[in-house]
Amino acid sequence: MTKQRSSRPDVNGKELINEAVRMALDDAGMTRKDIDAVVIGNMDHFEGINYVDTWSVDGSGALMKPIMKLTTGGTTGSTIAMAAYYHVASGLFDRVLAIGWEKNSESDTTGAIITAFDPFWDRPIFAGAVAGLALEATQYMHLTGATEEDAAYVAVRERKHALNNPYAHLHMNLTIEDVMKSPYLSWPVKMGDMCPRTDGACALVFASEDVAEDFPQKPAWFLGVANRHLWAYTSDPYVNQAIENGWWFPAMEWSAKELYDKVGITDPLEQIDVAELYLPYSFAGLRYMESLGFCGRGEGPALVRSGAFDMGGKCPVNPSGGVMSSNAIGATGLIRVAECVWQIQGRAGDRQVPEVKVALATGFGGCFWSDIMLLGADKPEKVRG
Amino acid sequence: MEPVAIVGVGMTEMRRERKADGYADLVYEATRKALDDAGMEIGEVDNVVTVSNDFFDGRTISSMAVQDACGSYDKNVSTVEGDGTFGAAYGLMRILSGSFGTTLVCVHHKGSESRMPLITNAMFDPIYERFLGIEAITSSALQARAYMDKYGITEEQCALVSVKNHRNAFKNPFAQLPLELTVEEVMASPYIADPIKLLDCCPISDGASAVILASEERARKLDVKPVWVKGVAYCSDAYHLGDRDLSDVRALEEAARKAYAMAGIGDPARKVDLVELYDAFTYMELMWLEGLGFCARGEGGKLAASGDTAADGRLPVNASGGCLSGNPVLVAGLNRIIECALQVRGDAGERQVDGVKTAVAHGINGPCGQSHCVWVLGGEK
Amino acid sequence: MAMAEEKKLLITLESGEAEQPFRWSAGIYGSRFLTELRDNKRFVGIRCPKCGKVYVPPRRVCGPCFVELSELVPVSDEGEIVTYTVVSFGFVDPATGKQKPVPYGYAVIKLDGADTYLLHYVDETDPAKIRVGARVKAVFEEERTGSMLDIKHFELLER
Ligand SMILES: [Zn+2]
Repeated sequence: MTKQRSSRPDVNGKELINEAVRMALDDAGMTRKDIDAVVIGNMDHFEGINYVDTWSVDGSGALMKPIMKLTTGGTTGSTIAMAAYYHVASGLFDRVLAIGWEKNSESDTTGAIITAFDPFWDRPIFAGAVAGLALEATQYMHLTGATEEDAAYVAVRERKHALNNPYAHLHMNLTIEDVMKSPYLSWPVKMGDMCPRTDGACALVFASEDVAEDFPQKPAWFLGVANRHLWAYTSDPYVNQAIENGWWFPAMEWSAKELYDKVGITDPLEQIDVAELYLPYSFAGLRYMESLGFCGRGEGPALVRSGAFDMGGKCPVNPSGGVMSSNAIGATGLIRVAECVWQIQGRAGDRQVPEVKVALATGFGGCFWSDIMLLGADKPEKVRG
Repeated sequence: MEPVAIVGVGMTEMRRERKADGYADLVYEATRKALDDAGMEIGEVDNVVTVSNDFFDGRTISSMAVQDACGSYDKNVSTVEGDGTFGAAYGLMRILSGSFGTTLVCVHHKGSESRMPLITNAMFDPIYERFLGIEAITSSALQARAYMDKYGITEEQCALVSVKNHRNAFKNPFAQLPLELTVEEVMASPYIADPIKLLDCCPISDGASAVILASEERARKLDVKPVWVKGVAYCSDAYHLGDRDLSDVRALEEAARKAYAMAGIGDPARKVDLVELYDAFTYMELMWLEGLGFCARGEGGKLAASGDTAADGRLPVNASGGCLSGNPVLVAGLNRIIECALQVRGDAGERQVDGVKTAVAHGINGPCGQSHCVWVLGGEK
Repeated sequence: MAMAEEKKLLITLESGEAEQPFRWSAGIYGSRFLTELRDNKRFVGIRCPKCGKVYVPPRRVCGPCFVELSELVPVSDEGEIVTYTVVSFGFVDPATGKQKPVPYGYAVIKLDGADTYLLHYVDETDPAKIRVGARVKAVFEEERTGSMLDIKHFELLER
């Protein structure tokens, strides 16, 4: 993983990718020769490069090897992790390199995000991720009575965690007051509630069962994966699911339910030791805890404020500082997986959570889309893909 | 590799402009056809892989537009950005992983909605190459020249491909550009970028297609003639045109070598009955035939002139009319797979070739066929 | 070389004003919707034959039912706010290449007779004066071209 920074003018995209790739190969005690296949992802319009798979081979090491590009918006990094998992699980490849990257400094992020939506119905009006998330925050506050201060607690927690993470982009010691006093970007979302835009890359080596124990580091095992990419238009996700059919956030709730059922998680708060979640803004740290089954509807704020998700709490969330401290979008979901791996290996430095057996990683993006993965210290009998 | 079969295919007609249809409309049409072809309901599809390109669609997260239309609601779904052959390869892996019994792969493209040279210009390095205005046609012209000069390939030999494939298209109701041409007419068409002339180029097209893959267990439960995936492999060459010998097809050779090994094919020229390859330009058919091992390097021109690659020849190549007769980018690769599947099934209608037991489909990504994907399909498991 | 010295040497390349123009298809039902807006200042939706849901704007396929839709139905130009925000950060509008004027009110709106929602402007920039459930009515531009911007904004009927 490269250090996440606001801008990396000292490297071009391929060189940034290569930094992460070399770190991953060194960590795995491998050379380029040992890689059987590569999967790579980013969001095209952030750098303006078409066919990133073929453009990147100098950096990715895919020369004369199989390489495939995947892209799904904010979920790109988690999509890459899942793709690498399926590549290996297919039996076609033993060692697969997964790469997520973004140089958000190279374009106007809001402009590029606006063009993600339908040119007729959404784009003339839509104001990018911040405003789209603000609509979610308003609805959540309306339905549950959650407050802006509740959200600010999350913003402070994530930034505090980032102080332990040398890779994080933002290192800020904030108070709830600081967040509350920061200017509104799109009411009720303030500057202090939002993620930054970041340059960064992340690479992981995925290995099959047959070779996983041949590496210098002890492996972190995939236990299962699931996802849902519902909806096609910006205003679709705001359907009031509570009234409609009992679901608040179907993409996340359905994918979490599928994964927990497959892996045998009945009480996430008790059974999951650490979670690296794609929380792009503070209100997500309230609502998504409910959608991920850590508590009931509307109970997010109280559980969050109890400290259950702080370092030292029952299930620390984002010891890395999370997305609110670094967001190189195409890398972000993959970084969540990388952080879980380090936690399971006991290599997370000052942000280490003790005795991590089971770790949860998520990706979020698109039209409120959701990717979700569980990793474990112990080899499962069968991976539930 | 565990047995996996193609159990359903669907293509829209390829047309210069399908103005009434947005991406979702095209994808729904193709998906519906594939389900009907397989005799399946959407509920029997275990997971979905969509294929699209954000640049061609002018839309970041181009897969968002088709989520309703591809039937991914409440299913695991992912998106490959690249040629349809690569998307289908990922769909195959998801079945091989044991997690899913069936995968729907759908792909869409509307060349009519954008200005193609601006989009393909964006394949090139923004700092060192893009300012030259280089794009798909001009870069391919460099490759064509390098290849033709090295091996003494003539423009007439390339023109034969145009004559053959456009003629084949008359028998394909999905094709966009059936033409009755002579070599002289192709030779007399204007140069777009020497040595590439207008009639050496594929058209700009709109279209979509879909394929349903199934595990052996699931395929056996359906009332279809399964087409088995015997081998799949892909491989990328270097990126900067200056880093490659453009006349060389080593990445395709590597992909083909692996795919044939999986399929247990030692001598493709003897074992393969039909080929559908990515002929975006006429010279590509000759080069890719060499890379696929159907003749020695530099012999592609002679092979074209021999008549063996005609629809009634020893090794029919692009009996569908190929990309020269309809080229919705990305879709075109999946259409190569679909054409092979139809031929193996004996369902290719007027364009059916007798006795196709083993067929090879091929797709490309990136400039000048930098990255190749090779599929071997067969009627026997 | 010192870090600061090296930084001075770094070159970035501006892509300039170059852009890639597109001409997207609205499809059959989308075209009907925009034509009705332009010519008659009316909204139409499309009803799913299976679940009965009315989609506005109309689309071809109901995702959950995976069936094709074809029954166009009129829906009201009045409705209520599902959720809202007030955009106050400056950004460049990719449609115009110009800075979008802020602040502006912006809401997800459920038109009477529709089951899905529209995204549009509201004529209020004080979040304290907007609420979930507030009634709104479409206000149209005088000059209409067949675009979502033929609706100037939604007017709050209660303040
Ligand atoms: Zn329905």
